[in-house]
Amino acid sequence: MKFSIMVSEGPYTHQATDSAYQFAKAALAKGHEIMRVFFYHDGVNNGTRLTVPPQDDRHIVNRWSELGTKNNIDLVICIAAAQRRGLLDENEAKRQGKNADNIAPGFRISGLGQLVEAGIQSDRLVVFGD
Amino acid sequence: MSDDMDFEEGGTVKKFMFVNRKAPYGTIYALEGLEVVLISAAFDQDVSLAFLDDGVFQLVKGQKTDGVEMKNFSPTYRALEGYDIEKLYVERESLEARGLSEDDLLVDVQVMSAAEMGDMMSQQDVVISF
Repeated sequence: MKFSIMVSEGPYTHQATDSAYQFAKAALAKGHEIMRVFFYHDGVNNGTRLTVPPQDDRHIVNRWSELGTKNNIDLVICIAAAQRRGLLDENEAKRQGKNADNIAPGFRISGLGQLVEAGIQSDRLVVFGD
Repeated sequence: MSDDMDFEEGGTVKKFMFVNRKAPYGTIYALEGLEVVLISAAFDQDVSLAFLDDGVFQLVKGQKTDGVEMKNFSPTYRALEGYDIEKLYVERESLEARGLSEDDLLVDVQVMSAAEMGDMMSQQDVVISF
């Protein structure tokens, strides 16, 4: 089955992002496809490469990057939600006149249409939120 | 209403339901949820909105937000008709628990019981909750 996932909560503050990751891993292990993970609301914070968790804790951002790259999953951060919360890729940083960008490898920034498209093109869209 | 997907002009038309569960201003879910609804209109899908729990407060007339320095986005619900989004369902139990009635709402809606809302959800292809 072709799945897409929406993550609506930030890393470390809420279980939703851990559950989404474990779901994705389990689905892939069963031979399913994860087409896209769409990060919305505070979920966009899953994609900042400046995250530095304590060494004895899971690295949620790197974990997504690895899972996405290894399994060819489209990791999309909503641009409108990202801009409000200070997440920028290189192009957006230039466009907004900011001197830094902070998108983690394997993620890309795009519009909300990507969420609706994921709903249309996937067999199931699974929402992980509060 | 059929359980199967309809195909029009080669494009997939799915039944999308956006479920609004949170009050309009305490958190950003309602505002960002509405942004998804507006984008979905561009995809020619069969879109409906459900309002339950504190989500019913999103539709209450006479919202004044100056005191909390936030934008009153409630007029946008009135504009949904212009985007051909006309299916707005409100859960009766949620209204009653909050001392509200249909007359308190700023748009025309269909009020239904929790059980009817459940039936409506089970008919959807995609349910996204905020």
